[in-house]
Amino acid sequence: MTTIYVLWLRQVKRYLRSRPRIVASLGQPLLYLLSFGFGFGAIFAKAGQGNYIQFLAPGMVGMTILFTSIFSGIELMFDRQFGFLKEMLVAPQPRLLIMIGRTLGGATTAIFQGVIVVVICMLTGFRPTSLAGLPAAFGFMVLISVMFTALGTAIACSLTDMQGFQMVMNFLVMPIYFLSGALFPLTGIPAVMKFFAAIDPLSYGVDGVRGSLIGLSHFGWPLDLGVLVGLTLIFLTLGARQFSRIEA
Amino acid sequence: MIRVEHLTKTFGEIQAVRDVTFEVGMGEIFAFLGPNGAGKTTTIKMLTTLLRPSGGKIEIDGLDPAKQQNEVRKRFGIVFQDPSLDDELTALENLDLHGALYHVPRKTRVERSESLLKLFELWERRNDPVKQFSGGMKRRLEIARSLLHIPKIIFLDEPTLGLDPQTRNQLWSQVKKLNEEERVTVFLTTHYMEEADRVANRIAIIDHGSIVAMGTPAELKQQTNSDTLESAFLALTGNTIRAEGADSNQSLRNMAKMWRKR
Repeated sequence: MTTIYVLWLRQVKRYLRSRPRIVASLGQPLLYLLSFGFGFGAIFAKAGQGNYIQFLAPGMVGMTILFTSIFSGIELMFDRQFGFLKEMLVAPQPRLLIMIGRTLGGATTAIFQGVIVVVICMLTGFRPTSLAGLPAAFGFMVLISVMFTALGTAIACSLTDMQGFQMVMNFLVMPIYFLSGALFPLTGIPAVMKFFAAIDPLSYGVDGVRGSLIGLSHFGWPLDLGVLVGLTLIFLTLGARQFSRIEA
Repeated sequence: MIRVEHLTKTFGEIQAVRDVTFEVGMGEIFAFLGPNGAGKTTTIKMLTTLLRPSGGKIEIDGLDPAKQQNEVRKRFGIVFQDPSLDDELTALENLDLHGALYHVPRKTRVERSESLLKLFELWERRNDPVKQFSGGMKRRLEIARSLLHIPKIIFLDEPTLGLDPQTRNQLWSQVKKLNEEERVTVFLTTHYMEEADRVANRIAIIDHGSIVAMGTPAELKQQTNSDTLESAFLALTGNTIRAEGADSNQSLRNMAKMWRKR
């Protein structure tokens, strides 16, 4: 437990000491929330879909957690680049514990960001339909963050240079975000998009958070929960496997 | 303390280390010298469990690193060629994290951190983030960190690279003192021959993955009729400049990939 705790603490300290990172990672959801939220709000209401800020806010929470989690996982590449990875690899510790500690640390920072975005959303007019849904939404946020931090770690184990980071952002993270239903309802979209949304892990995360906060769910919470738990376990296993094979 | 027999490491068709055999006794300071890309770092990585050997046998304090990885890891400390501190953490936090990873009890961690930071003259800066440290301070901190868990062996992979003469001099004095007072076995690599001449009890010279000479500094000089260790080194390894990469292992892996594609 000490190993997991100290590596978790390291991630959290690094995050809290990096103010530019906090500001930068909050800037994007804020921009989306203001531009899309208020820009498309009128059209959304005219289409009979209700208040767009109410719909968009859970998507922004999902987006923030996705970006921060993947980045936390990918941070392993920075550890490799700046040498700290070797310090962890020669430590007399099972690599699984090291991976779990890093993942939980990264997930914690992502949850922290997600909670800040919830507060920002509330400042812009978002209101959860019932306070009882908040713990469930928090649970979904935890699952999204652990799942994507583990995925980021698994990817970072396979990438040896920093150029790969941009590729991950463009070809993995952005499609995951845009196809997840964070910005638009998944009903009435073309079949191809529906298919991609159905295989997108974030779709179930955003749906779970949205269902918990405003009671609007596309897949239903049992499916959301089942898919997220299953994928989190798969990505954790994959991350642990990749991390155990890493060479300095 | 360290026994290496017929050690080899290949990356694809490239042989980075070929049939290397040597022994390092307890409390000895052993220098492992060679030109760039000779196989020094690859050998250190195999000794420190970071790379699996392709062949041969390694024994660290009577243990097999391939089978008893974590037991072996507890027995050594290492200062890598490139910095490996967390720059966002303070000096004290870096030591504390290291101690926790090496199962050092909290009380011992605190006491040992204080004594090592004082020894390496960093106590006054203990609460400063490492990113504010100079290269020499970082090196000293890395050596202090490598000693926190009271290892029997310390591996120093070019620890004085890029440091000014004053810092290098101070650093070697501290290493020598540790070796004498705590009987820590030291395995080092360096490109500064005068440093190896000054601190090492015995030296092995490796070139193109093979050991080309081994003995005390005096023996190597005598063997090559040289006045200085640098002349002896050049006599044994030649004057040709070797290819240098940011990460020799990665270069070797890349070369191996190219070979496989052919």
